[in-house]
Amino acid sequence: MALSDEQRARLAADAAEIIGRYPRSRSALLPLLHLVQAEEGYVSADGLAFCAGQLGLTEAEVTAVVSFYTMYKRRPVGDYHVGVCTNALCAVMGGDAIFADLQQHLGVGNDETTPDGKITLEHLECNAACDYAPVMMVNWEFFDDMTPQSARALVDGLRAGADISPTRGAPRLCSWREASRILAGYPDDQATAGHTAGHATLAGLRIAREHGWEPQPSGSSRSAARQPGTAAGGQQ
Amino acid sequence: MTSLLTPELTARWDEPDSFTLAAYRRAGGYQALPKALRMQPDDLVQMTKDSGLRGRGGAGFPTGMKWGFIPQGDGKPHYLVVNADESEPGACKDIPTMLANPQALIEGIVIACYAIRADKAFIYVRGEVLHVIRRLHHAVAEAYAAGFLGRNILGSGFDLNVVVHAGAGAYICGEETALLDSLEGLRGQPRLKPPFPAIAGLYACPTVVNNVESIASIPYIINNGAADFAAFGTEKSKGFGIFSLSGHVTTPGQYEAPLGTTLRELLGLAGGIRAGHTLKFWTPGGSSTPLFTDQHLDVPLDYESVAAAGSMLGTRSLQIFDETTCVIRVVLRWTEFYRHESCGKCTPCREGTYWMVQVLEQLERGEGSEADLEKLLDICDNIVGRSFCALGDAAGMPVISSIKLFRDEYIEHSKHGGCPFDPSASSLFARELA
Repeated sequence: MALSDEQRARLAADAAEIIGRYPRSRSALLPLLHLVQAEEGYVSADGLAFCAGQLGLTEAEVTAVVSFYTMYKRRPVGDYHVGVCTNALCAVMGGDAIFADLQQHLGVGNDETTPDGKITLEHLECNAACDYAPVMMVNWEFFDDMTPQSARALVDGLRAGADISPTRGAPRLCSWREASRILAGYPDDQATAGHTAGHATLAGLRIAREHGWEPQPSGSSRSAARQPGTAAGGQQ
Repeated sequence: MTSLLTPELTARWDEPDSFTLAAYRRAGGYQALPKALRMQPDDLVQMTKDSGLRGRGGAGFPTGMKWGFIPQGDGKPHYLVVNADESEPGACKDIPTMLANPQALIEGIVIACYAIRADKAFIYVRGEVLHVIRRLHHAVAEAYAAGFLGRNILGSGFDLNVVVHAGAGAYICGEETALLDSLEGLRGQPRLKPPFPAIAGLYACPTVVNNVESIASIPYIINNGAADFAAFGTEKSKGFGIFSLSGHVTTPGQYEAPLGTTLRELLGLAGGIRAGHTLKFWTPGGSSTPLFTDQHLDVPLDYESVAAAGSMLGTRSLQIFDETTCVIRVVLRWTEFYRHESCGKCTPCREGTYWMVQVLEQLERGEGSEADLEKLLDICDNIVGRSFCALGDAAGMPVISSIKLFRDEYIEHSKHGGCPFDPSASSLFARELA
């Protein structure tokens, strides 16, 4: 794809603002790549050259960076990037079964896009939600505690244009391009909406509440210092 | 009765607006900042040293000591970089912290920057967590509007600007010098140390790189005193922290408890291993820490005790696997992960992780032999301690420890001509699939 003059002018204004956040301009490269990915859905040759031009870098220097980071895509991505965690714990808990099932259901392999351009399927490494395994991500929002059935329903809903909300995230699921723009440092208006904590996030807090446990700075029930090398506590 | 859990960072996560400045202040937030700004920066460094707080990102280096390494009066800009690139398999504490209580992090950032005399801080957050990134931007904006960031904070004459910087998918950027290269707009590859970031960090200027939970713990220490924080935990592992339970446990989740708590205690709270099953192996601190078994249920989860038992506390990421799990399957996945995430800078890690994946695949298919185990250990010998950074060491840990603990299971695969385990039995929806 080629960027139009209008696009270039608009992107250049954003780029100037992004570069202004950093003491040295090259630090703006990662956000700039998110920015051009937001514009075209992937980092095109034109987008890459745009970033190089803004920062006074060669295209080779920018290519070296783009190819290092998995979130930058060099081919068009569907409206929804659907990720299934298949790192060890999620894989064992069912991520492998979900990923195999989705490949069959959608008729695409890893890192491929459905013919309708709606969904790009990819297996992911750990996304820091192991207490909700098996985990899926759609445009980098959390879909927790998945099963093959709920995963199918999710992608079917996405393809049908249904209203889908993440299990932990903003109420309105962004498109891939919108998500990339947030990553460039231009958040949408959903920060105060959506979820704050899911069931697993609160597991310990709920138990502490039931028992009235809290760190008590000067109270008598404060946890006493434990001796190293000894099993602590005992009461349970 | 002793409090087995000590919710502080996690204390208000169940309030729907806990991420807002208003909710944080309602609960006493931003009381530490004016106190800190009235202190001398060096006294804050000393107080953090006295608290015994050790880096919560895995390495456990004393936070106050890190701050103390920043040269003063050197005429260079100083920087604080918050490592919010939580990506260690099993680690899932910083992401919920930033989603539910980002203001504790912001207050800690202001105090830390004042202590090390930095007027610019960066939060380097992994990119794959959209809503967390929204919340961080929102928290920073709210803090600016309330005068906790920006110029002349609370009339103290201290200025600070904070930038939220999203990464782009690279586990290695959790390594502090790779993170700095990434923040400078380069490939995220580790730097040779020394010089350490405290001397030559971001833009070759003195820089502190601290984990989210470390920084978010600072307001508590300022409010309650170093001695109070140090009263929790064990002799050398002070304070409390978040333990993340995942896997085949009845109630997975986040449990904030004093360091030195045991898995037996945590499992007692979390309802034990899932019904009808028994513990097979677990990681005390994520995939980069040697495996433990049911023999280690009473090891106090502090830095010293876990090390004495042959593993590492790491990020307190307790991944629990029951008897339905094939250890080779798990170790292969982790090894594939390290292969994928190896930055390619040094040969032992770049090549060694590829070799290990191939040998492990062969073993999983039942086409391996005893000699392959020796080969794996030999490869580990050439990676661990011989790589440029800790990723190579980490890649060896699951392989070495699993062969040590489950040698027979490796051999069983060869005798059986394949994996003797039913992979569906280990999934959460085993019954649905049956």
